[in-house]
Amino acid sequence: MEKYRIDQRKGLEFGIYSLGDHIPDPNTGKRISAEQRIHEIIELAKIAEQAGIDFFSVGESHQEYFTTQAHSVVLAAIAQATEKIKIASSSTIISTSDPVRVYEDFATIDLISKGRAEIIAGRASRVGLFDLLGYNLKDYEELYEEKFELLLKINEEESVNWSGQFRAPLKDANVIPRPKAGYLPIWRAVGGPPASAIKAGYAGVPMFLATLGGPVTSFKYSIDAYREAARQNGHNAKELPIATAGLFYTAETTQQAQKEYYPYINEGMKVTNGRGYPKQQFAQGADPRDVLNIGSPQQIIEKILYQHEQFGHQRYIAQMDFGGVPFDKLRKNIELIGTEILPAIKKHTAK
Amino acid sequence: MKIVGISGSNVGSKTRTAINYTIKDLVENYPDVEVVLLDLADYTIQFSDGRNYLEYEGDTKYVAQTIMEADAIIIGTPIFQASIPATLKNIFDLLPVDALRDKVVSMLVTAGSPKHYLIAEQQLKPILSYMKAVLVQTYVFIEEKDFYRNEIINDDILFRINLLVEDTVVLLETYTKIREAKEAEYGF
Repeated sequence: MEKYRIDQRKGLEFGIYSLGDHIPDPNTGKRISAEQRIHEIIELAKIAEQAGIDFFSVGESHQEYFTTQAHSVVLAAIAQATEKIKIASSSTIISTSDPVRVYEDFATIDLISKGRAEIIAGRASRVGLFDLLGYNLKDYEELYEEKFELLLKINEEESVNWSGQFRAPLKDANVIPRPKAGYLPIWRAVGGPPASAIKAGYAGVPMFLATLGGPVTSFKYSIDAYREAARQNGHNAKELPIATAGLFYTAETTQQAQKEYYPYINEGMKVTNGRGYPKQQFAQGADPRDVLNIGSPQQIIEKILYQHEQFGHQRYIAQMDFGGVPFDKLRKNIELIGTEILPAIKKHTAK
Repeated sequence: MKIVGISGSNVGSKTRTAINYTIKDLVENYPDVEVVLLDLADYTIQFSDGRNYLEYEGDTKYVAQTIMEADAIIIGTPIFQASIPATLKNIFDLLPVDALRDKVVSMLVTAGSPKHYLIAEQQLKPILSYMKAVLVQTYVFIEEKDFYRNEIINDDILFRINLLVEDTVVLLETYTKIREAKEAEYGF
């Protein structure tokens, strides 16, 4: 775990992530400027750090209603604006990027932040960026596997010799600068069915699992499959950290949290996925057995501890800004996390 | 309330003829309903490649989006090689897994042989159920002999189309009322 900068004695890490979505506030119909949105994301990282939150990450989405396509640039600004919070991508779409450039960027962010940067590499849940960036969707799987492998190789070897299908070969290539500790924690982003988790396990790399909704037990299946695949392939599963990522919103009472957040999640899903969030499913989300972390601080503490008991994961990251949630509400969420949720979670999970 | 009628083949006339009768019945009896006809023969639709439906372009996006916006769908399908045609299956493949959640779906089938009667039951209904549709269980089965030169000549079929339309609207109204009453309890 040390290699991935995880200290389990301190308990479950708590993080915040943003996909950088840029959606009109459904209550007012108004959308803030891209400039304001980016500044608010940087500000969110700062107040998260002040509240004692461990981790902050930003993702790239190359489609309408998003604004952090150049997520590494935003992360560099966050690196400069903060002092101790861990920072990462969530995720970097490695399939449509050059791993050399990605590594250069994140090694630099690591140096700016004095050793706080990590990469979470994913394969994109939406595919518009393949056309935009000049890749063929037919290579979806193989682009990811090949580029992810190269990224890991650059992380492990100072002088890289490599050849593959989708990039010119590297001969004795020195990818510099090197990160502060010589390497970066690199995670594999996993969503959907257990097959993807099994691949991460086989590769013996840390897993970031998206848990967007549904029963906790269905995600436990992916986690168990990941550990089993790692063991089968000769990796020590105890040394491989697991993180989960999911939707989050808290307010004084669970009812208030649901009432405040529903318009955002519903409208946000409509414009980015083409379907609203069914009310019944959202209502069910309050149940402790459902993975959706929406409710009163007490309810969320209970949920996160239950998830921790089931998953045995090392980090949970919360997406609270989806759907055009205004900044004063985000501030309130951070405040409740810092004063109520975080202390309880640390108390119960620290060793 | 928006109801979309789909004529599920890119060839032939019988399914389209039957859907025309259905839409005419719908418009005459329920003038407040917004009705859209999608005859798949009129559009150039690409094969599904798994992307989100919003990311398709042109006719493909139009057809997918029109179906996603519907409250109810009346699907007309012929039977090809003892199954639904590829054009219709492709429409399902273009949509998200639970695309038909909270949508009422009813069916009419045209076929060259009475031996095809159970195909909708055994092949179409499971797809619709998987996609979470609220199904009108009884469908209208129409044989080749019921048509003559783009008209339905069997009055019994017209009677049953009339019932299919009524069942679709009644189930939609009932289901919507129940769902809305339940949702009102949630308080958000």
